[in-house]
Amino acid sequence: MEKPFKRRDLLGIRNLSAAEIVGILDTAENFSEISTREVKKVPALRGKTVINLFFEASTRTRTSFELAAKRLSADAVNISVSSSSVTKGETLLDTALNLDAMAPDCIVVRHSSAGVPHQLAKVSRAAIVNAGDGANEHPTQALLDAMTIREHKHQIDGLEIAIVGDILHSRVARSNIHLLTKLGAKIRVAGPGTLVPNDFQYLVESGLTVCPNVEDAIAGADVVMILRIQRERQDSAYFPTLREYSIHYGLTNDRLDLAKKDAIVLHPGPMNRGIEIASEVADSSRSLILDQVKYGVAVRMAVLYLATGGSVVSS
Amino acid sequence: MKRALRRLATEIVESNHGPKDLYIVGIRRRGVPLAERIVDKIEAIEGERPLYGILDITLYRDDLSTVGANPIVNRTELEHDIDGKIVVLVDDVLYTGRTIRAAMDQLMDFGRPRKVQLAVLIDRGTEHRELPIQADFVGKKVPTKQTEIIKVMLKEYDDVEAVGIFERPSE
Repeated sequence: MEKPFKRRDLLGIRNLSAAEIVGILDTAENFSEISTREVKKVPALRGKTVINLFFEASTRTRTSFELAAKRLSADAVNISVSSSSVTKGETLLDTALNLDAMAPDCIVVRHSSAGVPHQLAKVSRAAIVNAGDGANEHPTQALLDAMTIREHKHQIDGLEIAIVGDILHSRVARSNIHLLTKLGAKIRVAGPGTLVPNDFQYLVESGLTVCPNVEDAIAGADVVMILRIQRERQDSAYFPTLREYSIHYGLTNDRLDLAKKDAIVLHPGPMNRGIEIASEVADSSRSLILDQVKYGVAVRMAVLYLATGGSVVSS
Repeated sequence: MKRALRRLATEIVESNHGPKDLYIVGIRRRGVPLAERIVDKIEAIEGERPLYGILDITLYRDDLSTVGANPIVNRTELEHDIDGKIVVLVDDVLYTGRTIRAAMDQLMDFGRPRKVQLAVLIDRGTEHRELPIQADFVGKKVPTKQTEIIKVMLKEYDDVEAVGIFERPSE
């Protein structure tokens, strides 16, 4: 049987084939059962070391990677920027080379600049997994979103998927757009004009529509994906006030009623309740936000397992 | 093969005084259809269906770091509690015993069975064993050389039902 994933690094979704994506998702589905066991641990990565190198704040993703590593019996080390030598003036490259000298098998990296994981992959012997680089990509988030959609809709091909909010700053949106279009979904994006690049179609060859307003994007959709308003990146005025954003773009029950009856709602977290998503929607049965978190561990187990696997074809 | 499986099923229920507390667990891949058939036969003999499950031992292999790119992982399905049960592991061929070691380690992570037994369709002989593991129920003993490969072919995977001995292709 064909191996699902021959790469060493997972840097983004953009360069993956549909077959590779499906291979990772299938593997993740088989891993998801492990987290339901009483002993949530298998010896697959015993003796391997995974370093979580996070230059940006993260609770969910870092915890998810750490649990994934530990459930595979790998040793996980977490480094966050506030406690690292970066604050003492070390360059990124030196930090990477020093960590690599300690012979980890995998480095999971998150950084506010796009392309950092790609740079590390060039100098590091360890496999590099991108846990979010600037506004570029967040591949494991897109994979767990796809897994959530697959679990509920059984397939992605042919689905109408609305992505709403701050597209401009969103690596989640980029990775999802690549992944979902490769698997045959039709994407509509909507958000404030300042936060939706007009020429966004360049990202993919087909299947992306930029909608003038949020209602058009949601109408008839199978999946509504809400993006977080990234307040930490809002230093310039992309929209007047959060209240105004909420009135024009927030997902309320009324807006969700425009979607298909069995439409599901995703949000990558952390949520700004009452801004991009109303609490009534977030807490409803149509919201799969906690499923996303659950599948996140399985997806990251699959990625760590595949990335640290023996002989490899470098990406 | 039919007769061998029927005999395995009979021996399993006889040695355990009936199907009570029996948990028949197939080891992926070819142990799975064999276990299903043994379960069917036990039901036909005893009128009661024993518990049935599937183990995927990939994540418990002792050669994971040396087999090259990581092998494909399939799902383990043990829906019922194994505590206090008599678990009968089912596989197609017993050779080095390493697969069975992995299966037993995985089983212990799921609980504490009262007893673990091993049923195989083909036993290639103790001289090949690399671990102190023997089968409790054997369909057929087939003494083989190390240069040979035994292949159990089942209609679920191979369209035919047969056991073949092949010469290992020289490298």
